[in-house]
Amino acid sequence: MNAGALRAFIVKEFRHILRDRQTLTILLLMPLVQVVLFGFALRSDVRDVRLAVVDPTPDYASTALRARFAATDRFRVVATLPTTALLEPLFRRGEADAALVFEPDFGARLGRSEPARLLLAVDASDPNTGTTVQNYARAVIAAQETEWATARGGVRIATDTRMRFNPTLESVNLFVPGLIALVLTLVSAMMTAISLSREKERGTMEVLLVSPLRPVHIIIGKVLPYLALAFANVVTALLAAWAVFQVPFRGSVALLLAASLVYSMVSLAIGVFVAARTPSQRGAMLAAMLGTLLPSTLLSGMIFPIASMPAPLQVLSSIVPARWFIVVARGIMLKGVGVPQLWQELAVLSFMTLAFMALAVRSFKPRLG
Amino acid sequence: MRTLAVLLRKEFAQILRDRFMLRQIIAMPIVQLVVLASAATFEVKTARMYLVDRDHSATSRALVDRLRASGRFVVSGASPSMEGANAAMLERRVDLIVGIPAGFERDVVQTRSGRVQLVLNAEDGAAAGVTQAYAAQIIQAYSRELGSRIASDAGNGSVGRVEVRTRGWYNPQLDYRNYMVPGILVQLITVIGSLLTAMNIVREKEIGTLEQLSVTPLPRATFVAAKLLPLWFIALVELALGLLVARFLFDVPMVGSIPLVFAAAGVYLVAALGIGLWVSTVAQTQQQAMFVTFFIIMIYLLMSGLFTPVRSMPDWAQWIAQANPMKHFIHVMRAVMLKGAGFADVAGEIALLGAFGAAVLSLAVRQHGRASG
Repeated sequence: MNAGALRAFIVKEFRHILRDRQTLTILLLMPLVQVVLFGFALRSDVRDVRLAVVDPTPDYASTALRARFAATDRFRVVATLPTTALLEPLFRRGEADAALVFEPDFGARLGRSEPARLLLAVDASDPNTGTTVQNYARAVIAAQETEWATARGGVRIATDTRMRFNPTLESVNLFVPGLIALVLTLVSAMMTAISLSREKERGTMEVLLVSPLRPVHIIIGKVLPYLALAFANVVTALLAAWAVFQVPFRGSVALLLAASLVYSMVSLAIGVFVAARTPSQRGAMLAAMLGTLLPSTLLSGMIFPIASMPAPLQVLSSIVPARWFIVVARGIMLKGVGVPQLWQELAVLSFMTLAFMALAVRSFKPRLG
Repeated sequence: MRTLAVLLRKEFAQILRDRFMLRQIIAMPIVQLVVLASAATFEVKTARMYLVDRDHSATSRALVDRLRASGRFVVSGASPSMEGANAAMLERRVDLIVGIPAGFERDVVQTRSGRVQLVLNAEDGAAAGVTQAYAAQIIQAYSRELGSRIASDAGNGSVGRVEVRTRGWYNPQLDYRNYMVPGILVQLITVIGSLLTAMNIVREKEIGTLEQLSVTPLPRATFVAAKLLPLWFIALVELALGLLVARFLFDVPMVGSIPLVFAAAGVYLVAALGIGLWVSTVAQTQQQAMFVTFFIIMIYLLMSGLFTPVRSMPDWAQWIAQANPMKHFIHVMRAVMLKGAGFADVAGEIALLGAFGAAVLSLAVRQHGRASG
C-alpha cells in the first residue's frame, strides 16, 4: 500500500462530491436556512394571549384586576361575557386561549377578608403553551394581590431575577449549539452511510476491495470529504449566527471547532458502522435516521430539557454523543467556560469517538456476503 | 387497468421482499412514539438550588423551607458567598441560585418589604422560564402568608386573598404526550411516505430500469399511480400502527372519529407523496433524493407548529406557515383526537389539503414527463 493510491482515492472522492452541485448547494444552504428559521420564526415563548373574561358583578376589585391584565402586553381581552356558558364555543373555535372567571361578589368577599374565588381556564390542548399562559396569568394576579395586601399593611418580597448566560431567553442562542450538532449528524452520519452503501448496492465496493487499498484506507477516503464538508457547514452556521443574530461567543472559538471536529468523527464512525450493517441505501438511510438523527434531536437536550425526561430516557440520552456535544457547545458559546469546566464532557466525547471508530473498522469487513 | 394491477403487485412484492427495510418501517413508529412522546416535555420536575443565605434568620429559613416543601426544589449546595454559587453554576451542578441578603428579616418586619435574588441558568431557556415561574409563585405565596401573620400579630384584620383555581381544558392533566403524539404521527408518515417515494423512483433511475420503462407503452399516469399507491397504503398502515401504540401503550385519548383521521390522512398523503415524486424528478441519485426531501421536510416540520406554537411566530412566518400542508394536517389531527372536532370543524383544512395535494401532484407529474422525455 502506498500513500499515492490513498491520495488518489481521496481526490476522487472529493471530486465525486464537488461534481454534485445540487447536493452541495443544499448542504451549504441548509445550515443557513436553519439558523434563519430558528432565529426568526421559532419561539417557544408565548405572546398575544387572547383572554375572555366572565365577570357577573363587576366591582372595584374585578375591574382593577381586569385592567391589570389589559395593561400587560402579553394579554389581550377579546371578550367580556356575562356567563360561563358562552365560553366553551369560544375555546372550541380557537378564538380564546385563556379565560378568567370571577365569582359573583368578588370584591365584596375580598373586602370582608374572605377568600375570593377566581377560575383561570386555559386551552391546554397544547400543554406547553397552556402551562406558560397559566404561569403568566398567575403572576399578574399575584402582583395585583400584593398591591392590595401592601395597601392594607401586608408584606412585599420583591424578587430580582437574573437569567444568566441568556438574559433575554433568545431562542436562537439556545438552538444554535443544537443546530450545529444536527447539521453535523446529518452530513457526517447520514451522508456517509448512504455513500458507502451506494458502493455496495452498485457493486463498486468489490472493485475497491480487490484494489491495493486496505479497508481502513477505503474508510478514510470515504470519510475525509464529508469531514471537510461538515466542517465547512459548522463554519457557515456559526458565521450566520454571529453575523445575523449576534449570537455570543464568550469562550474559545478554537475549542468549539475542535469539539465539532471530534463530534463529526463520532458521527462519521456511526455512519460507517450503519453502512456496514445494512444491505441497501434505503435501509442505510432509515437506520441512520433512527440511530442518529432522531436521538440527536430528541434525546440531546437540544429542544427538550434532559432533566424533564423520565429516568430510563435520561440514561439512554447519555449514550447519545450529541448530548455531550451540546453541553460543550453551549458552555463555550453562552457561558464562556473552557476545558476546566468541560473536561468530563470532552472526555466522554473523545472516548465515544474511539469506541465507535473501533466498532466501525471492525464491522467493515473486507469480505463479501 | 390490468397493467396497473400487475405493476402494483410488482411494487408491493419489491417492498415486502426487503425484510430489512420492512422491519425498520415497523420499528420506527414504536421507537419514535416511545422516545419522542416521553422526551418531549418542557416540564421541570426538580431544580437543583444553591443557597446563598446571608441573613440566617427564621424568616429566611422559612422561605427556603417553602421552596423545598414544594418538592420542586432540592438544595444541592449552600455557602454565604456568591463565588461558590457561581462556580457551581458554571459547572452545571445547580440550576438556580437563591440569594437572601443580610437584614432580610429586619427589612420584612420593619419596612414590610424584602428582597430576594434569583439567578437562573438560562442555558436551557425553556427550563429556566418554568423554574423561575415556580420559584416566584412560592415566594409570593410566602409573602402573603407573612403579611397576614404580621397583620394579625398587630391586631389588624387579615387580608382577603384571591383563591385561584386553574383548569386546563381538553387536556386537564396537562399531559404533553397527548399533545405530541398526533403531531409525531404526522411527521412519521410524512417522512416515510415522501422519502421512500423519492428514493424508490430514483433507485430505478440509478439502476437504469426507469429508462426501460419509458420506452414501454405504459401511460405516465399508470406509472405514477403504481409507484405512489403502495407507499400511500404503507403510510396509512404506519398510521394505524402508530395509533394502536398510542392508544394501548400510552393511553392517548382519541375523542374524535378515527375514520375522519384516516380520511384526512389519505388526503394529506397525496401532498406528501407528491413532494417525494417531485423530488424524484430533480434528483439523480438516491443520496440526492434523500437530501432534497429531507431539506424540504425539515423546513415544513419546523414551520408546522409541532415543536413550537405557530402563534408564537412573527406575523410573516405565520403567513408562510399557511402554505404548509403539514401544519394544517397536524391541526386537524390535534383537533379531532384531542378536542373531538367533527368533519364540519375541519372541513376547511381538509379541503386545503386536497388542493395542496392536487397542485403538488400535477406539478410533479408534469415535471416527471419533462424529465423522462
